[in-house]
Amino acid sequence: MIEVSDLRVRFGGVTPIDGMTVTFPAGTCGLIGPNGAGKTTFFNVLSGFVKPAGGSVTAFGEDLLRMADFRRARWGLRRTFQTEQAIEKLSLYDNVALVHEHSGQGRATRDEDVLGALGFVGLEQDPNTKVGTLGARDRRLVEVARAVVGKPRVVLLDEPAAGLPDEETQHMGSVIRRIPEHMGALVILVDHDMSLVSACCEVTAVLDFGKLIASGPTEEVLRDEQVMRAYLGTEEAA
Amino acid sequence: MSVATEPRPRSPLSPGRVSSGDARRAVVIVALLAFVLFAIPTLLSVFWLKVLTGAAIYSIVALGLGILMGRVGLVSLGQIAVLALGAWVAAKLFFDTGLPFPIVLLLSGLITMVLGTFVGLPALRLGGLYLALITLMMAGAITVVIAATDFPNGGPGFLAHVESSIGGGDQVRRPAIAETDPAYFRYTVIVTALMFLVALWHVRSKAGRAWEAIRQSEPAALAAGVNMTLYKLWAFALASFLTGVAGALLAANVGDLFNYQFPTSQNITLLAVVLMGGIYSLWGAVIAGLLFRYLPELLDSWNLPADLLTILFGIGVLQVLLTAPAGIVEQFPKDMARLGRAIGRLVGIGRSR
Repeated sequence: MIEVSDLRVRFGGVTPIDGMTVTFPAGTCGLIGPNGAGKTTFFNVLSGFVKPAGGSVTAFGEDLLRMADFRRARWGLRRTFQTEQAIEKLSLYDNVALVHEHSGQGRATRDEDVLGALGFVGLEQDPNTKVGTLGARDRRLVEVARAVVGKPRVVLLDEPAAGLPDEETQHMGSVIRRIPEHMGALVILVDHDMSLVSACCEVTAVLDFGKLIASGPTEEVLRDEQVMRAYLGTEEAA
Repeated sequence: MSVATEPRPRSPLSPGRVSSGDARRAVVIVALLAFVLFAIPTLLSVFWLKVLTGAAIYSIVALGLGILMGRVGLVSLGQIAVLALGAWVAAKLFFDTGLPFPIVLLLSGLITMVLGTFVGLPALRLGGLYLALITLMMAGAITVVIAATDFPNGGPGFLAHVESSIGGGDQVRRPAIAETDPAYFRYTVIVTALMFLVALWHVRSKAGRAWEAIRQSEPAALAAGVNMTLYKLWAFALASFLTGVAGALLAANVGDLFNYQFPTSQNITLLAVVLMGGIYSLWGAVIAGLLFRYLPELLDSWNLPADLLTILFGIGVLQVLLTAPAGIVEQFPKDMARLGRAIGRLVGIGRSR
């Protein structure tokens, strides 16, 4: 469980997160909102790239904000990036092993864990293939494999299906749905594809201008009038 | 690499293990080393052996810079100054202690590692052009200090330098088993090979993966749990260790050291040859070493002006930046293959007529 309380982030005169209070209980939770709502900034706060001006984030009873950024992976916080960041010059295996060896996992289980993670996301290539030779879908899957290897506790997925065709988005969705059960992690999914969000997430929170405007079961949240207004800017909901 | 028809090995295949490609490469390298160690000293004159000894030494320096730039993405323009530090420390150790030669090599490497890591400290906050400038300024500062105090030559006190006319002062000793120039050439080549092994081992291990992640994307590296401070300093420490060992080899190669052997401008030349050799392959450093020490002597022996070198390097760097970012080490085989195909086509046309 992640409890966010009165989180505030300021960049000069801009306040991308303005008093955000929300709880992500368990399983796969959605986090949606129009562009610039503060979703990625929220992930960056969790990752330690951005220091908040105030508020607190408690993850499984621990104060996440007090942890050094690089130690958060060891604690079990993993993420993918909006613009995919698989390391091109490294092989599939090394990409995933990188996270494994820096998150305090023993060498003894490395082969098993790394190959397990690659299998989990459905990457069937030779693990020695360089990531630079892969296509968009596979690179995204490498990132997801990196996020689930070892013992993840919180997995942040920042638009993991952006730019993927429908069929591949479906595969991504099936992978995401299996993470909480198979890997035992809490997943927070940010995406603009509402069908992906409703297919994966039991609960969803909605951000707009850095404030939480709705949260609850995904079905209800997506029907919420305020949410539609935030997305469409008018009341003529589709 | 594995053949497509084979079932993919699911179990152990951690890439640290030796593959068949690695075994083939090892055979080629051993053969090459044997040729360099046994054939070259009988083929070349003492003058050219000394030049090649220098080329081997500077290939270690190039290796250090290549790792910083090609693997971690840090540009340092202070490596020649670090080399001077290494040579200074080694000369001091040679004159003040009776330690065996290999121990002096190791100690010079370790002490230079500590000093050189300080040169790398700004890398924790700066990158790109600013880091390059800061390291270049530090190189300048180190050069100025060494110019004022000069290298140890057996004199008294901490500086161990005695002012004297040319030829005064003592020579830095060589290892007892390698006092002649051919023997010292072999000794240097073996140490150089060991340094490349140290580098290879790093690049292929946890550190190499962490560096690769840092080079492509610092956020991704952080998110993977890479301790950025540790691994950046580690890279500078490794480069400085290698360069320190090179400094000790250099001190014993030339015998007496002078500050004009380490002009600050050489830092730029080093950057140029490292780029031309190729920063993404360790072999690039070998080519860089040859470009740095062998090419100038070659031009000189053909009675060509030294300025030509600057022009050649300028063209070379332009070529690398524009068309061949991986340097000669990757471009040359490609060009040769293209040439081979072109000749094949010509011959084919000739036959058909």
